[in-house]
Amino acid sequence: MNMKRRSEDDVGVVQSLASRAAFKRNLDKVYQWYTGGFIVFVVALAVLEQFGLPRRWIGFIFLLATILLYAGIGIMSRTTDAVEYYVAGRRVPAVYNGMATGADWMSAASFISLAGTLYLSGYSGLAFIMGWTGGYCLVALLLAPYLRKFGQFTIPDFLGARYGGNVPRFLGVLAAILCSFTYVVAQIYGVGLITSRLTGVAFELGIFLGLGGILVCSFLGGMRAVTWTQVTQYIVLIAAYLIPVVWLSVKQTGVPVPQAIYGFQLEKVTAKEKSLTDDPKEIEVQEIFRRRSAELAEKLKDPRAALAADKAAASRNSADLKAAHAPDPEIVAADRALYGLPKDEAAARKAWTAAQAVADTKARPLNGMPAHARQFSGDPKGSAAERNEYDVSRRNFLALVFCLMVGTAALPHILMRYYTTPSVKEARESVTWSLFFIFLLYFTAPALAVLVKFEVFHVLVGTPFDHLPQWIFAWNKVDPTLLSVVDINHDNILQLNEMSIGGDIIVLATPEIGGLPYVVSGLVAAGGLAAALSTADGLLLTIASGLSHDLYYKMIDPNASTARRVTISKVLLLIVALCAAYLAAQKPADILFLVSAAFSFAAAAFFPALTLGIFWKRATGPAASLGMMAGLAVTFYYMLTTQPWLRDIFGVTSPVVLWWGIQPISAGVFGVPLGFAVIILVSLVTRPPDQNAQGLVEYIRYPGLKRP
Amino acid sequence: METVETQRLASRRQYWRSNLGVTSVLLAIWFVVTFVVSFYARELDFKFFGWPFSFWMAAQGSLVVYCLIVWFYAWYMGRLDIRHGVAELEE
Repeated sequence: MNMKRRSEDDVGVVQSLASRAAFKRNLDKVYQWYTGGFIVFVVALAVLEQFGLPRRWIGFIFLLATILLYAGIGIMSRTTDAVEYYVAGRRVPAVYNGMATGADWMSAASFISLAGTLYLSGYSGLAFIMGWTGGYCLVALLLAPYLRKFGQFTIPDFLGARYGGNVPRFLGVLAAILCSFTYVVAQIYGVGLITSRLTGVAFELGIFLGLGGILVCSFLGGMRAVTWTQVTQYIVLIAAYLIPVVWLSVKQTGVPVPQAIYGFQLEKVTAKEKSLTDDPKEIEVQEIFRRRSAELAEKLKDPRAALAADKAAASRNSADLKAAHAPDPEIVAADRALYGLPKDEAAARKAWTAAQAVADTKARPLNGMPAHARQFSGDPKGSAAERNEYDVSRRNFLALVFCLMVGTAALPHILMRYYTTPSVKEARESVTWSLFFIFLLYFTAPALAVLVKFEVFHVLVGTPFDHLPQWIFAWNKVDPTLLSVVDINHDNILQLNEMSIGGDIIVLATPEIGGLPYVVSGLVAAGGLAAALSTADGLLLTIASGLSHDLYYKMIDPNASTARRVTISKVLLLIVALCAAYLAAQKPADILFLVSAAFSFAAAAFFPALTLGIFWKRATGPAASLGMMAGLAVTFYYMLTTQPWLRDIFGVTSPVVLWWGIQPISAGVFGVPLGFAVIILVSLVTRPPDQNAQGLVEYIRYPGLKRP
Repeated sequence: METVETQRLASRRQYWRSNLGVTSVLLAIWFVVTFVVSFYARELDFKFFGWPFSFWMAAQGSLVVYCLIVWFYAWYMGRLDIRHGVAELEE
């Protein structure tokens, strides 16, 4: 069937209610069986573990079983039909689209890093919780129903049709690729991390294993395969997230509803924070770190001389020990210290600066963490400096919430999902389901952070080193940056500041903290994998359809056949995926920043043009193009001049000037208002949009209205 | 015939106005819950089942309100579609 005809027919809702209901009943049955099968699978593994199945095997079985499952769905859903490939045939029921959106949305960052961020930063981390859920209000009220009524394939499609001409469409493609690509690199990096940790294979091999799972799925079946896989992935990831938290809550409080009960744990944590701040042993450890920092500052004054002195001292030490026929381990340790010294002056400067930053953090009470429940830093009633700190910290919190929310409502891979429902009504309901399924995880993450903090403060801190639980040493072996403990003041008791914790450990180690069998750890890793794979699927599809549908079909060769377009999309998908995997294998340094930057870019590029396009008939094409460019440009400029890593790459040397103290991560807070202002002002001085564009706006506003 | 057409247009205008109305009200609630409560977070520090109130709002309360906003909009608009005759046709 001709694609254009089909998409128009589509809009009036092609399927009858009866056939839709039958389709949904069938889906219900399939996913009930799947969930049951999954439970049986996990229980069977748990039983086998009791009979002595080694941990490595459990990891492997989880990895292979889930990837094979996703690949199997991909193969079953293979298609070359454009409507099936780009928008899953537009017959995904609201509930299932909600689950798919949930999996699409919750990335490796949400699953693994979010609870860690909350653990480390307390209240200020809640900006992510609010930002990543509240954005769905904007999706529901301002975008999803109208985009569904428009009923094409991509977000640049809407810009092209509404504003006319190729410029807005091209800018849309460009911005979509910019945000999606940085995001997908981070997901593939997460896939590599989890597979290598789950099974012990090399990081690069892990990346390519995961890539296989992503590609079989999205390559063969496009949106159709991705949708049905994402639903299965959602079920895995939410079970994997909730089970350990519930267990930990039962262990600590006896109540299996952590979300309802953790307020009381938070009270205890806050009380313990006060006593830890005044604890003499803690202060002793902080003092040691303060001295260490001062020593490093001294060394950094003349790194060359300090390095030479260090080398001389270390080799003298080694020689002395050898001369005195000291026991072998001591000599080995001395030699290791000698070879562990920085190679040259530049390396020394880098290493010492980093070490000084760590020591400075650890010289502060509570291991440098703010009090968990304290809103913002600084003090509104204190000195001028404290008042200023308070204002800036509050402003940054609000700005970050704003950017994350507006960014959520502008990320193309999320908005695209609402093209797949059968009707406008179901698109609206589908946002409700999406938010509900996302809510389940985000509602739980702050509870997990507090429960783990309670465990660390009350169980670990104050424990003799030889009585520390086994999992601490196990994780230390896996990766010392995740978790390490050192007896700084040699009292054989663990103080809080003697423990270094990486954010990612919180979710990964919860099963062991709660004393659950290893099979649950395997489940958690499989959940993290599902989160990363599902998001990567959605992102790759967005990039590939942007290139094949918008750039190739709409702008280069409008006569291309359906099959040819789908084929091109598949080839592009493969290329993009390989590029992303290659970049991820380089382990880029500031990957977390890049993910957050994607939100600011999406917000500045898409949000003003999309919402004004729907709600203001007067918004014109040239205005939209200029607005998108201005928004993107100012966002990029601000990041470029203020973010250390970007400054480094682009060789920016001018002094850092923060506007109103806003951090680079929230650069969108300037881009979005500028985008709105430019579109409104330029629209007023350009010719009003033609009849066609006005008709389109009218058409998308009323669900049942036929195309004029 | 003409009156039927004008009536339909009037009903559509009314539909769009109601839509804008409910959208603005819900956005206002969204704004208050998100930004106003967060702005006064330090002041809203009273105990609420163990949590400081503003902590609870940011971690849970606002999320519940967001869910309700989205759910209410879908429900309200579904009814509005039917009342103004702009619901999608089912074959």
